[in-house]
Amino acid sequence: MRRSMLFIPGNNPSMVQNSPILGADSIILDLEDAVSIDEKDAARHLVRNALLSLDFGDAEKVVRINSIATELGYDDIDCIARVKPDAILVPKASEDAIEEIDELLSTIEREEGFKLGSIKIIPLIETAFGLEDVFNIVKSSKRVKAVLLGAEDLTADMEIKRTKEGEEIFYARSRIVSVCKALKVDAIDTPFTDVNDFDGLLKDCEKAKLIGMTGKAAINPRQVDIINEVFSPSLDDLKWATRVIEAYEEAQREGKGVFSLDGKMVDAPILARAKNVIEKAKAVGLI
Amino acid sequence: MKIVRPAKAGTMESNDIYIMIYPNENGNEIQLDSIVLKQFGKAIERVIMDTLNELEVDNALVVAKDRGALDYTIRARMETAIKRASE
Repeated sequence: MRRSMLFIPGNNPSMVQNSPILGADSIILDLEDAVSIDEKDAARHLVRNALLSLDFGDAEKVVRINSIATELGYDDIDCIARVKPDAILVPKASEDAIEEIDELLSTIEREEGFKLGSIKIIPLIETAFGLEDVFNIVKSSKRVKAVLLGAEDLTADMEIKRTKEGEEIFYARSRIVSVCKALKVDAIDTPFTDVNDFDGLLKDCEKAKLIGMTGKAAINPRQVDIINEVFSPSLDDLKWATRVIEAYEEAQREGKGVFSLDGKMVDAPILARAKNVIEKAKAVGLI
Repeated sequence: MKIVRPAKAGTMESNDIYIMIYPNENGNEIQLDSIVLKQFGKAIERVIMDTLNELEVDNALVVAKDRGALDYTIRARMETAIKRASE
């Protein structure tokens, strides 16, 4: 489950060592935007040592590298992949970059004796070209298990204003969701950047969930609880799904092909949705 | 690695350590200031010395101001400072 993915600056020991206890499903240790250009080496060493030394519990360990359009990105991969993070987050992702990183990771996995393909890739979609090419980006490597929307850079690239309401990113969200559902990977929504507006965060999460986003990035630990709650099945969802499954099992026992619940026919898509809710509830410990 | 120029790494923030490293003529020396000097001074010096040995540094003066860094941070800051100071 990747309900919440929390960005942590990669050169801040205090935040790095506290990150495992903040409740996020994924911790993104950031070597890119959160680190000044003259501290890239220091952040790389700190993140590598943190991955070797700290217990991150059940949290997924993700590292955002610098772009491989620069030497920094190659140095990041060579240093970080050797201590086996769960995933590499690739900024301004392109098909070519993902293919190249896939090959680099394969080489390192062979050299280090890791299982081939064990380090995942999460493309960060934050350019207009990346958005239009997102299907090919996801298809370009079997390592890709999720896509993250980066709306700040995307709207800058598109020369449009970013707003709290987010009407300007409706297409970007929808396109990413559609591709992710088609290719069976997670769709992670862009961070909500006002870290003091929790009502706004809640509305933004609900808007993203409504169109199919499966999780959301966070830039402050105080955002994690709200994100986790919205992207978990609600108790009403869980009650409904449980009843559907019970009715299905009873129909099976009675040899019925089709059945109804509360006067409504339950068909395959409804059953699939109920099973999905149960699986998600199990994954987040609700049942 | 040979230390050829002064270099620094880390910050004075809590849970970090500020390392300054200089070329030296008399082997490796450490000057440590720490908020937990009484309890952990020897352990911090050992981590600093271990990192110098692992990176094959023979002649360095390390001036360290510790603000409660864990071992992984001390090693990381030492490695950064050494690489910045070496050829």
